[in-house]
Amino acid sequence: MHETVKTVEEVSRRPVTVPGFGRPLMNHEMVVNMGPQHPSTHGVLRLELIVDGEIVVDVIPHIGYLHRCFEKHCEHMANYQQVIPYADRIDYVAAMSNEFGYVVAMEKLLKIKVPERVEYIRVIMAELSRIVSHLIAIGTYGMDIGAFTPFLYCMRDREHVLDVFEETCGARLLYNYMWVGGLSHDVTPNFSEKVKKFCKYFRPNIKELNDLLSYNKIFIKRTANVGVLPGDVAINYGVSGPILRGSGVKWDLRKNDSYSVYDKLDFEIPVGKGLKGTVGDCWDRYMVRVHEMEQSVNIMEQAIDRLPAGEVQSAIPKRIRPEAAEVYVRTETPKGDLGFYIVSDGTASPFRIKVRPPCFVNLSALPAMCRGAMIADVVAILGSIDIVLGEVDR
Amino acid sequence: MGLLDAKFENSNIIITSMDSLLNWARLSSIWGMQFGLACCAIEMMATGASHYDLDRFGTFFRGTPRQSDVMIVAGTVTLKMAERIKVLYDQMSEPRYVISMGSCSNCGGPYWEHGYHVLKGVDRIIPVDVFVPGCPPRPEALMEGLIKLQEKIRHESLAKRKSA
Amino acid sequence: MIPQEIHSALQQKFPDAVLDAKLDGVIDPFIKIVPHRIKDIALFLRDDERMLFDSLMCLSGIDYTGGKLGVVYHLNSTKWNHKIVLKAEVTADNAHCQSVEAVWKTANWHEREAFDMYGVVFDGHPDLRRILMPDDWDGYPLRKDYQVPEYYHGMKVPY
Repeated sequence: MHETVKTVEEVSRRPVTVPGFGRPLMNHEMVVNMGPQHPSTHGVLRLELIVDGEIVVDVIPHIGYLHRCFEKHCEHMANYQQVIPYADRIDYVAAMSNEFGYVVAMEKLLKIKVPERVEYIRVIMAELSRIVSHLIAIGTYGMDIGAFTPFLYCMRDREHVLDVFEETCGARLLYNYMWVGGLSHDVTPNFSEKVKKFCKYFRPNIKELNDLLSYNKIFIKRTANVGVLPGDVAINYGVSGPILRGSGVKWDLRKNDSYSVYDKLDFEIPVGKGLKGTVGDCWDRYMVRVHEMEQSVNIMEQAIDRLPAGEVQSAIPKRIRPEAAEVYVRTETPKGDLGFYIVSDGTASPFRIKVRPPCFVNLSALPAMCRGAMIADVVAILGSIDIVLGEVDR
Repeated sequence: MGLLDAKFENSNIIITSMDSLLNWARLSSIWGMQFGLACCAIEMMATGASHYDLDRFGTFFRGTPRQSDVMIVAGTVTLKMAERIKVLYDQMSEPRYVISMGSCSNCGGPYWEHGYHVLKGVDRIIPVDVFVPGCPPRPEALMEGLIKLQEKIRHESLAKRKSA
Repeated sequence: MIPQEIHSALQQKFPDAVLDAKLDGVIDPFIKIVPHRIKDIALFLRDDERMLFDSLMCLSGIDYTGGKLGVVYHLNSTKWNHKIVLKAEVTADNAHCQSVEAVWKTANWHEREAFDMYGVVFDGHPDLRRILMPDDWDGYPLRKDYQVPEYYHGMKVPY
């Protein structure tokens, strides 16, 4: 893989090396910096592109511009419930999913069984969170490709979901709602009606989004056959979520490694089939997200019909002092497999909480998808991975 | 347009002070730099979208610091990013303003205690004009911050130059 | 395969590399191995027909205090749907562990992060440098005895 340095290079000037790139640069190659401040990098990400004209030879991502020391804070918290606001801010676009992952892991560690009502409300919140995250992903992806209108439509629909969240727990973006053993507040009496109304409102909007963006000729030309990631390479890179499903692998933790009440609900797992190009290209990944939003609406309708009555705070422990044990639990967030590795040493304060973020691992597969593409394709591929830098850097 | 209509009765002459004219022009079209760092960036995007709409204030986001008037620092500033923020601030041309949005850029936010990589407030490296508190601030709060900045600009004067 | 079978298969193949294991009475059964043989064990676990651990879910560094660091591997098989945890222990002043980047490409960034946060050097890694912290940062932040610096490039770090 590493070419030997040609004699012209050796004679003419000192070889230029870039850390992370396996060989010195050749004369015709150059480094283009997509710096931390860039409209299309979805946050503070620095991409060093090594290009040969317009073709990308390699991409070296530099992260860490949003490293907020989550794991260090966890070790200093007085108890395990205090970690939840920090867990929110890992993937700030879909904060309920992070909380869900953390409380499921803690409840496995403490061997607590929560009431049915709590489980169903958590599932509804997680699916609403999935819809919110995919709306932002689709909206900003359209903006990256050049279509501004779908972004405004997606944000409009997102505001309806944020109304539901605000009515339940008071916050629009970062909630501190799911606690270890239950929830912080019970839902309001008109919660069922509001969710049903949203489901009814949202279904035709998915069709509108498809008409506007998904089957648009220009969009297809920019995303089909671009950034193809084969299924076995994806598994080796540890990629998960819509990217893995877009590459044709039918793997969803809600079915394969089920948690909460997902095994009682009936829904399908959309998989990329290469309808417009190759299996595993950007269009497939994007369409998996659109289909997942439809499936989320199905899940919510079933869950809201089955929502039982009961208490939501009865199982919250007064003091959390787990025995010296450790646990690793993963849940399916809109971005992929979020894993929490919690190590307890028998005291009330956590000993070690490691977050295995899906975006961190998905981003590490970016060079594999970008080699040989053009510079404009890098923007399309990066948008299709849907990264949130808060999760990549923690 | 009411201001202009009222004066245009007989002749096409308005008498005002240079300060008022310039300040009115500047505060009515504050172009922001697209600079979202973390969670507050999502709320900034929501404020710019159609439900809360920043466009009616004359604000829309530019991709480069060289064409923008205000830098809304939305999100946590880390030490690694702080140097780049200084570079970006230096690239903005005067008159330039900074709105610090959210508790992380005001004072370090929830990460103030054990954040070894978090800069405890962006005002440690650049001068800030308006601080908007919240975690994240509601869109209405950001709009109030923008209006406060407009008030600040309204009372500026050419005679007293703002120190860089 | 259940964890006991995985453990006995590993013990048969690598009798000197497998230290001990805790398979009962814990939520996630784990096997302790020596750090300088982890790559051979990983190749075996990935390619053997009965195991097929094709996915490394998570690689974490951990500071056990008292000058001991550890690296914890959580493995999963998408085909057989079984999981296992491997643990390797190193000392803080000689923290060397074999890299499994050649086995699972996902380990590339995970090992860089463990190096950045704990200072564990992974022998055989193609590009071991800091990933989250700036390149000229001193020290390994997630170690329990880490002292936060007063200033970094002229900026005051503590509140």
